[in-house]
Amino acid sequence: MKTETSVQTYSLGPVERIPPGEGRRISVGHIPVAVFRTRTGEIYATQALCPHRSGPLADGIIGGGELHCPLHTYKFDLQTGAPIGNECKALKTYPIEVGDSGDMVITLKTKDEPSYSFGSEG
Amino acid sequence: MEKQKLVVIGNGMAGARLVEEVLTRGGGDQFDISVFGEEPHGNYNRILLSGVLSGTHDQDDIYINPLEWYERNNVKLYAGIRAIGIDRRGKTVYAAGGHLVPYDKLVIATGSVPFIPPIDGLYDDDGALRDGVFAFRTLDDCVDMIKRAESVNDAVVIGGGLLGLEAARGLLTRGLNVQVVHLAAYLMESQLDSQSGDLLRETLEQMGVTFHLEKLTTEILGEDRVTGVRFKDGTEADCGMVVVSAGIRPNVDMAKISGLNVRRGILVNDDLSCRNDSDIFAIGECAEHRDVTYGLVAPLWEQASILADRLTERNPGARYFGSRVSTKLKVMGVELAVAGVKEPRDDKDEVVTYVEPSRGIYKKLIVRDGHIAGAILLGDGMSAPRLLQAFDRDEALPEIRAEMLFPLAPESVGTDIESLPDTTQVCNCNGVTKGQIVKAVNGGHRSFKAVCDATRAGTGCGSCKPQVQAILEFAADGLVAEDLSANYYVPGIPMSKPELVEAVRSLELKSVSSVFESLADGREDAGSKVGLASLLRTVWGNEYEDERDARFINDRVHANIQRDGTFSVVPRMYGGITTPDELRRIADVAEKYQAGMVKITGGQRIDILGIPKEHLPDVWRELDMPSGHAYTKAFRTCKTCVGTDFCRFGLGDSTTLGIDIEKRFQGMEMPHKVKMAVSGCPRNCAEATVKDVGVVAVEGGRWEIYVGGAAGANVRKGDVLCVVDSPKDVIKYMGRFIQYYRENAKYLERTYGFVERIGVERLREIIMDDSDGVADSLEADIQASVEAYFDPWKEGEKPVHENQFASTVSV
Repeated sequence: MKTETSVQTYSLGPVERIPPGEGRRISVGHIPVAVFRTRTGEIYATQALCPHRSGPLADGIIGGGELHCPLHTYKFDLQTGAPIGNECKALKTYPIEVGDSGDMVITLKTKDEPSYSFGSEG
Repeated sequence: MEKQKLVVIGNGMAGARLVEEVLTRGGGDQFDISVFGEEPHGNYNRILLSGVLSGTHDQDDIYINPLEWYERNNVKLYAGIRAIGIDRRGKTVYAAGGHLVPYDKLVIATGSVPFIPPIDGLYDDDGALRDGVFAFRTLDDCVDMIKRAESVNDAVVIGGGLLGLEAARGLLTRGLNVQVVHLAAYLMESQLDSQSGDLLRETLEQMGVTFHLEKLTTEILGEDRVTGVRFKDGTEADCGMVVVSAGIRPNVDMAKISGLNVRRGILVNDDLSCRNDSDIFAIGECAEHRDVTYGLVAPLWEQASILADRLTERNPGARYFGSRVSTKLKVMGVELAVAGVKEPRDDKDEVVTYVEPSRGIYKKLIVRDGHIAGAILLGDGMSAPRLLQAFDRDEALPEIRAEMLFPLAPESVGTDIESLPDTTQVCNCNGVTKGQIVKAVNGGHRSFKAVCDATRAGTGCGSCKPQVQAILEFAADGLVAEDLSANYYVPGIPMSKPELVEAVRSLELKSVSSVFESLADGREDAGSKVGLASLLRTVWGNEYEDERDARFINDRVHANIQRDGTFSVVPRMYGGITTPDELRRIADVAEKYQAGMVKITGGQRIDILGIPKEHLPDVWRELDMPSGHAYTKAFRTCKTCVGTDFCRFGLGDSTTLGIDIEKRFQGMEMPHKVKMAVSGCPRNCAEATVKDVGVVAVEGGRWEIYVGGAAGANVRKGDVLCVVDSPKDVIKYMGRFIQYYRENAKYLERTYGFVERIGVERLREIIMDDSDGVADSLEADIQASVEAYFDPWKEGEKPVHENQFASTVSV
């Protein structure tokens, strides 16, 4: 494990991997990230799990710049990760964009660690 | 686009409220807003002035919007500056100090002024109220009264209406002897009848107030200082200060000299524009709409929200049709609720009264055609919310009127809200305390939805909503904001369900995104998507353009998400009846995919829990059973008892009927989940009387159909819709009811709420007697839905998207 912070970009494949208006959980190395694609084509990336009760955020509903967790409808600002109407910690968000090739490119720092992990998948 | 200029004259409850409503609708981008306020303050809650006078509220506590608020929202406030007139041709407002402010749209909200009756010795040489005489209208009046109260022992209040009594209470708590003079024969004659007025007087006398009824004050006594008052009959009362609160008059002088049509108030049309100037609007106490001027806060808020809808073009067709006036208040700490008329119109009106003089309780209902035409509730705050709601919504009354006059034991909001400690947990789903709710209300969240959004109270199972509402009313102290969105079908589209259905039909909106595009300026709202999808599916059936992002995760993957992000799988077993072969497959699947738990559900099914998303298609294929729809807002299950084949008590073949019902309605989308049951005899082992739709076989080959039962967060015994002679008729009338519920219920309204809202008598008329002529179309529509059934688990073989069932997509 590295001790210094380094910045690295990863290609997450074509944006079509995520249906319009939905999210998918994508593992970048060992870091799980929730990636969302709005119906108007913007993409966003946040931490994978809700800080409230570890709900899988990629299974949430998005719209109007908000992300609603599927477990208890905790709301967050999709862009900044800030909680809306609750006192949860803000979500960690990651810079992500669609590169020239049409692939999604996410930027992670190596000190970005998963906040928590669950479930049977890696 | 250049911004328009919106000018508001009046910074009281109505004017400031309008500005708030305009801003909430994004009007800050459309308008440069200026406000004239005669008082040199921000906007405060005038209703709480009595609290300031009696010392329960600090002066700073009653501001709704302090001066900083105006700055923060780019609203130009002319504080302490009086508007003098309007140059309507030049579209400019003239104000004291030489201010000339042009407008495109002008709103007059000048409220009212105290009515000061002709009394000798009232004014000083300058024509102002003399030293020691006060009107009780503004914060400054209030501050002056408090100061004077420190140096005198006796006060006379002229006027025994609400405001006068509030003034009396304030002065009483400041240690003064208070005498109230009133011209009428009993107190608060515009709200009360004589019996309740007398009862109120007796209660207040016990608190130490002295009353002079049927007395006309003719003179203020005293040379330098006020020493007393004299009445027309020659008697006198001694005092060191006089408060005049003999009523209010709409403040219309400025409107009059500007040439606007004025009668008692400024005459406005249904769009709230002035009769003779369509760019000028009037709202609040200064406006007269269809011969009525309103003096209560609720109508004024309704007006503000409608006008804001029009000005911002959020709903350019919004119209005001007048308000049903009801109010809940505290008179010197005594709870009072009044609504509508206070006396019967003729012999046909039914009057129900309950009087308990020793506790100061008086309740009166005036019933017209089964609905509340008027009500007075004195000394009983517990029954008020339900009664006022029934009045506001014009609901049909229960046949037993007492049910409306007394709180129902199990549904009562509980003990007196005021005396609950702040630490009491109110919302048991989200752990929200009374203190957190009160704090949110004080922080400006004054509507029910705003409080729930801010605290999450009431957003779980919803059964605490009445308590949350009661705390909101207690904490907001008369300043509860009318929930504009309470009538919206979904929060993101400002329309009720019928309006929305009509718009969706006429504009042919068949997808959720097209609704946002056409009806919300393209603004998506995450909290509205699922509800819209449900509605569009019901309206368009097979023509609905499904967009998967508008589905909750459960409906994207046809399984119920669990707390750890895995899913539960419930295969369908018609009527709760299974076979050894099915059980073997279930056992094999549970073992192979390492189910965390296998459980019998409350609906007589088997639940396989702890299945990761990516295994769902395999699990379904290996089960080889259809989806049980245990994850969605749809028909769920039909429980049955063993019926006639085996049970020695069975009267009807409940299992066969249960299976037939389930095969017919399986998978059908509903406004909320719908649970059913069929019992083969009145022992009711399938618990059919607490289901959304339940059937019980009775002797003689007949079947009772119950609707609106519940045994979850709410417990309710269903109402008997009808008793029929054959299973065929059971399915027929059940189908009509279900389709009527699908078309008319609000999203997430369970049948128990729906049946209470519509009333079972009315439902019988529609469903059994076809009073509305809709029976044929109900039957045709439900038949179409039956035929449109497909098993969503087939998507396991043919996913709509390659990653539909991926828990994690790898890089």
